[in-house]
Amino acid sequence: MKPLILENYSQASEWAAKYIRNRIVQFGPGPGRFFTLGLPTGLPRDHPESYHSFMWNNFFKHIDISPENVHILDGNAPDLQAECDAFEEKIKAAGGIELFVGGIGPDGHIAFNEPGSSLVSRTRVKTLAMDTILANARFFDGDLSKVPTMALTVGVGTVMDAREVMILITGAHKAFALYKAIEDGVNHMWTVSAFQQHPNTVFVCDEDATLELKVKTVKYFKGLMLVHNKLVEPLYSMKEMGAERSQSKKPYSD
Amino acid sequence: MPSNKSVSDAPIVQFTNCRILRDHQLQREDLWVREGKILNPEKLFFDEKGSADVQLDCKDSIIAPGFIDVQINGGFGVDFSLATDDFKSGIDLVSQKILSHGVTSFCPTLVTSPPSVYHQVLPQISVRNGGAHGAGILGAHLEGPFISKEKKGAHPEHCLRTFEAGAFQDLLATYGSLDCVQIVTLAPEMRRSSEVIQELTKRGICVSLGHSVANLSQAEEAVQHGATFITHLFNAMLPFHHRDPGIVGLLTSDKIPAGRRVFYGMISDGIHTNPAALRIAHRAHPKGLVLVTDAIAGMGLAPGRHTLGQQVVEIDGLNTYIAGTKTLSGSVATMDTCVRHFQEATGCSVETALEAASLHPAQLLGIEHKKGTLDYDSDADFLMLNDSLYVQATYIAGEEVWRQDASGM
Repeated sequence: MKPLILENYSQASEWAAKYIRNRIVQFGPGPGRFFTLGLPTGLPRDHPESYHSFMWNNFFKHIDISPENVHILDGNAPDLQAECDAFEEKIKAAGGIELFVGGIGPDGHIAFNEPGSSLVSRTRVKTLAMDTILANARFFDGDLSKVPTMALTVGVGTVMDAREVMILITGAHKAFALYKAIEDGVNHMWTVSAFQQHPNTVFVCDEDATLELKVKTVKYFKGLMLVHNKLVEPLYSMKEMGAERSQSKKPYSD
Repeated sequence: MPSNKSVSDAPIVQFTNCRILRDHQLQREDLWVREGKILNPEKLFFDEKGSADVQLDCKDSIIAPGFIDVQINGGFGVDFSLATDDFKSGIDLVSQKILSHGVTSFCPTLVTSPPSVYHQVLPQISVRNGGAHGAGILGAHLEGPFISKEKKGAHPEHCLRTFEAGAFQDLLATYGSLDCVQIVTLAPEMRRSSEVIQELTKRGICVSLGHSVANLSQAEEAVQHGATFITHLFNAMLPFHHRDPGIVGLLTSDKIPAGRRVFYGMISDGIHTNPAALRIAHRAHPKGLVLVTDAIAGMGLAPGRHTLGQQVVEIDGLNTYIAGTKTLSGSVATMDTCVRHFQEATGCSVETALEAASLHPAQLLGIEHKKGTLDYDSDADFLMLNDSLYVQATYIAGEEVWRQDASGM
């Protein structure tokens, strides 16, 4: 895996954004499909805390994505499991996930795969752990009774099938989870540790998230930053290159 | 982009690169319009999987709801209180010209006149939507004749009336018909005014207090019976007195029925009210302030003599007096000038100044669900303004009906 340690939240975000930009350019202007994952059930579509609202306000309304290319799990579908199965089919039909971008919870979960989730699970309905509910309470004015208790989520196995995975981890409250994810073994209690067995993972962190790591680990990874920063250098834009794809070779392998 | 919109095939326009007034703040958001109404882009995106057909770059303009003028007596040589043969074309002319001032809806106002004028003029005023032909007409504002002799201002004394004889029936006989009437200004200290206020309120007509010598309790009683507006605060009423604040005291009265708000019109042309008085009113009750022009026929024309109903007025710069006197009679201010002056004099935010001319008049008339805001599903009546609040373009029902041309005319 490639760990990236940036100084703070904004720098980590910026690095991640540039990396994603470069990967999109490398992927080429083809029929790039976009899948979004993990959606709490039971929230009406236009609730300000629904994933639809979140994705619209923070992402979709700022870009020129075509609505047909947006696939969000519908937490209000009449048959939730069928919705999940259909989602897996759509991913297959689109040619698989090229790049998965996600964060982790304080309990080390990826998407909503709470501790104890199977490491080969697929898209399904999950009951949320109390930790997650508490973490989400801030979006519901601190009222625990308003926080949804179930969520539709892609499985660990679904994400492991992606060709590349990028995990963003910022803040001291995620530090222990990061430690469990990269310095301890693969364990279903810390589902994000599954990515130790993925061929192509990038962890983007800020300083605070590394607080539980060994100093040796942090120093080693910081030493690699010079090479890693080449990954975010600007590539030729798609418009400048015309229809040609830019070189898709990565500067070095894992 | 192919769009398989499921609700309607009408073209969707997306106004980008602008700051819109929404939720009382200027936000950097795009404005989406379809079929003359403001569209919710999130619903369009997720539910209809639709996208814009046309994108317009607004060059960083401010987009605000269109202004609503609830007190305008005429303009450009047209006097709404004069029963002429070409009255209809007169009202059409004014409604078309005020588009350049940012007014998208208005209430043509009639000053105190003999019954014959009302009988001839009112049937020619009809509530209608705005468009390329001009601003929308919300209904008439009848200022008088049931007002106080002592505070008649520019109104002709021989036409004043009281409610003594038949109260509401007398009012009906005077006006002829109340079909297209939106606001009536009267003096509440007159005997039997309470029953008249109740009758008018029952019919959905907004009752306004003005040209009156009422004290505070009389004014409060009127509000309890249904009155919701004060006609040009400070002008044509008793001045504020610390032991009897009069009508002005309504701004901070504790006898207003729960859930109701008293609105008050202000002519912020720099002449009708000293800026300090404007600031006092604004600070005492900011949410009730409604900007009005009280414009007269001479507005938009060169200085000189013009009519205001039965009177002759003289215009000298921005001052308009009854000919030969120092009695103010209306103004020649335009709505956008009033908005700018209000913002300068009070130092309030741009949002507050814009809302005083759009949201508040809409709330006064109870139409804020479709006018006066840029909320989803509202009528798409809006303006593009520059940072100094000069109107660059006016839109009604999503169509551009006026644009400032490059020569700056």
